[in-house]
Amino acid sequence: MTQGSMLRKITDYANRADPYPVYAELRKTPVLHDEEGPYIVSTYWEIHGLLHDPRLSSDARNLGPQAVENLADEEDPALPPAFLRLDPPEHDRLRRLAMTPFGPPHTPRRIHAMRGELSRIIGELVDEFADRDRIDLVDDFSYPFPVTVICRLLGVPREDEPRFHHWAETLAASLDPDPDEDAAERRRVTQQARSELGLYLAELIEERRRAPGDDMLSALAAGHGPEGQMTQAELLSTAALLLVAGHETTVNLITNGMLTLLRNPDVLKQLRERPHLAVPLVEELLRYEPPVQLLPQRTPLADIDIAGVTIPKGASVWLVLASGNRDPQRFMEPDRFDPRRKDNQHLGFGSGIHSCFGAPLARLEAQLALTELARRLDNPRLLADPPEYRRNAVLRGPRHLPVAFDGLRGRDA
Amino acid sequence: MSGNGSLEALRRSGRIVIVGASLAGLRAAEALREEGFTGSLTLIGDEPHEPYDRPPLSKQVLLGKADADRTALPRHRELDAEWRLGVAATGLDMTARRVRLADGTEVPYDRLMITTGVRARPWPHPLEAELDGVFVLRTRQDAVALNRRLTAVPRRVLVIGAGFTGSEIASACRELGLEVTVAERGPAPLVGALGGVVAQVAADLQRAHGVDLRCGVMVTGLEGDSAGRLRRAHLSDGTTLDVDVAVVSLGATRNTEWLAGSGLGAGPRGIACDAGCRAFDIRGIVTDDIFVAGDVARSPHPLFNYQFLSLEHWGNAVAQAETAAHNMINASADRRPHVWVPAFWSSQFGVSIKSVGVPSLGDEVLIAQGSLAEHRFTGVYGYQGRVIAAVTFDQTKWLEHYQGLIETAAPFPPPGTTVDRRAEGLRPVPADFPDPSLPTHGPTVTLSGYSPTDRRITFTPARA
Amino acid sequence: MRIVVDLNRCQGYAQCAFLAPDVFTMHGDEALLYNPYADDTQRENVARAVAACPVQAIMAEGLDVDGVDGLSARTVTTGVR
Repeated sequence: MTQGSMLRKITDYANRADPYPVYAELRKTPVLHDEEGPYIVSTYWEIHGLLHDPRLSSDARNLGPQAVENLADEEDPALPPAFLRLDPPEHDRLRRLAMTPFGPPHTPRRIHAMRGELSRIIGELVDEFADRDRIDLVDDFSYPFPVTVICRLLGVPREDEPRFHHWAETLAASLDPDPDEDAAERRRVTQQARSELGLYLAELIEERRRAPGDDMLSALAAGHGPEGQMTQAELLSTAALLLVAGHETTVNLITNGMLTLLRNPDVLKQLRERPHLAVPLVEELLRYEPPVQLLPQRTPLADIDIAGVTIPKGASVWLVLASGNRDPQRFMEPDRFDPRRKDNQHLGFGSGIHSCFGAPLARLEAQLALTELARRLDNPRLLADPPEYRRNAVLRGPRHLPVAFDGLRGRDA
Repeated sequence: MSGNGSLEALRRSGRIVIVGASLAGLRAAEALREEGFTGSLTLIGDEPHEPYDRPPLSKQVLLGKADADRTALPRHRELDAEWRLGVAATGLDMTARRVRLADGTEVPYDRLMITTGVRARPWPHPLEAELDGVFVLRTRQDAVALNRRLTAVPRRVLVIGAGFTGSEIASACRELGLEVTVAERGPAPLVGALGGVVAQVAADLQRAHGVDLRCGVMVTGLEGDSAGRLRRAHLSDGTTLDVDVAVVSLGATRNTEWLAGSGLGAGPRGIACDAGCRAFDIRGIVTDDIFVAGDVARSPHPLFNYQFLSLEHWGNAVAQAETAAHNMINASADRRPHVWVPAFWSSQFGVSIKSVGVPSLGDEVLIAQGSLAEHRFTGVYGYQGRVIAAVTFDQTKWLEHYQGLIETAAPFPPPGTTVDRRAEGLRPVPADFPDPSLPTHGPTVTLSGYSPTDRRITFTPARA
Repeated sequence: MRIVVDLNRCQGYAQCAFLAPDVFTMHGDEALLYNPYADDTQRENVARAVAACPVQAIMAEGLDVDGVDGLSARTVTTGVR
């Protein structure tokens, strides 16, 4: 199997519903490469090693001239790369600054304190299902829930969602390394979404400067942390990253979760009876159906020898997290969904310095949402299996998940 | 008696005695049960407490964020063991296979595990050590006593010795708002463990947090008042300090005195054992019924030229206990070597310091990532052209990469560049250890495999 | 409940400090301080912290396989690489 065809298989929409057989084939060659295109890494220990390898850069400016062809976004002085796409020390500084109003050590209780609010939002959304016998889980729940949460957290007006929805979706789609698309056209569309989102956020931040709230944008704009303040451009990039990543990924985690539960009715039943099972169950979900399937944007600063292959400086490297999560060299019975799995050191949130910034929030959102859906939906069942998927191979998840049910159990059963 | 038959009998109904009921002893006991040992298990400990965790004593406990009496170690499983706590072992009869206890009783064994660890080295002048206000910090009782005194807000605390424990105590005192002087006979804190280049950062950290750090001096005397309370300390530079608390942090002494005259190869440097954790007797012959683990053990490490390493490391205690327990009840062909790569951590002044390998073997250090001045960096130590150790200050997530370089005997300095490489990281500098170890040319050994059962040692003859 | 963290494994991801802030606190950006004894009201939070630890460094006594209920005597143990 040549790499060109493997690459195409990963991005091929026909494999979106079940990419795992493709990954199993990929793992036969832990680091796959042919004449052109990226080095595709698919086995657990190799991915894990590279995520902790300081020779591997996340900054696209280090890509060689050949690899840069695939690059979706260009230099944009108004909206420079966010910390996701930067290396230390800039990455570390910006991530610390972003963390200051979000989590430990400076704001350790923010996420913990949101549990009540998360439950309330979930309750209200599920209440809306009364008098219905079918829903689209994506449009009726998995999308609106994290959007509402990230808006509250950042201080973005919820009613602006129709405005930023399109920009966020365009930027999420720009991560998708689809070789069939017109690269120039995509760059243009992405660029436009970036600048429109940037303008929108600039306005919003100006407002938060005038009248600060207890939200993250107000705190980031004020910048009272020990390391001072972000520049205006850094602030905009960070805000855009948090807004987009804050819901484009969680929607998939929750939808994939419900889909997996509906395919495993015994687990669904156990979750209904023992809500605390949600805690290890979400970890298993992050292994089994991770919302971010692969990281397509890394490049070595120096030649790296790994698994018998030399990845040259400047080459494009893809780390297929979802494949590493199914590596039988690392996990027993990797294709089995086992919410009680021990030793579950999955790659669902990545690993190393770029590991998911919002992971604790995503965990709580998914734990609370799945528990409540399991508890309140009476006899839920899939109306389409597999469901229709989004196009994106990186941020993979169903576009719609039609679910039928017999009724709604009480809120405080 | 056939070998297999006796091993089976041992596993089923043998008598295993573990002397030393702290981290290593507990984990060894658990590992024995985990591996299917169903015979009698006796744990002997001189402290009256069930096994507890010591690292919190110099950090959370001093800060009042944890209770000294509530640091007992969680259990992995039911042990079904007999506990003899609060009674020290006082002797060993290797021929009769008996351990003598302080209360006059004797405990017979078929296999013995020794995990007696270390104790704090006391202040060398006994009368001064008796003064009210002079402390060491090793046990739970030490921590309770020191904590009580710190809560009463002393005028000034003197920490004698700036190793890891002393530095952590100084850090906690500053966080409590107490005035602290640290007296260190070396040129900087942690210099023996990390070398002069990195130690300078530790010194900066102390001073930036308001510690009165005095290096290159010794405390020559502690002086009390008529009531026997500590009042003053005299330093070798002629100065005098008014202090009412002194914490002696001069390292540890191995608990091997109880083995004197037993015929076991035990002394002030610990108990020598082979890579399989079997103790040597004084003739240099390896025993097959006495095993050693944890701080009290000295064992040859293939990655470090088969030097006998004794490691006062939490992770070593756990790993070595598990290996010793496994080997104790398995046939020789199924035994495993203890090839744990030395690793430790310390947190002080809000910085997480972590290290892998043996930095003190290094002759050069490369600041591969970050910057000393920013107190966030990764230092890589080289020895004879290969990577021998690494240390991180608040850059923990990179450390396992460097552990891989140590395990595979990667060349030093590592070729190629990394993220966050600064001007200071362009070339190695002398690591500046106070007593550079004598270089020896030797063969190279590397490790492979991810789990304890598939770890392999590969031997490469000396380079031409 | 008794808790111990293998700080050799800990890489300062701080998930525990987010999810059980009364038991686990970050001291600076990467150094973890934790209370080795948590009372039973913290059981659910500690279970979340144990499950979320990306390097599985936290061991807490008395959590059952479902993470929280503590009904059975089985204990969640840390994975050994």
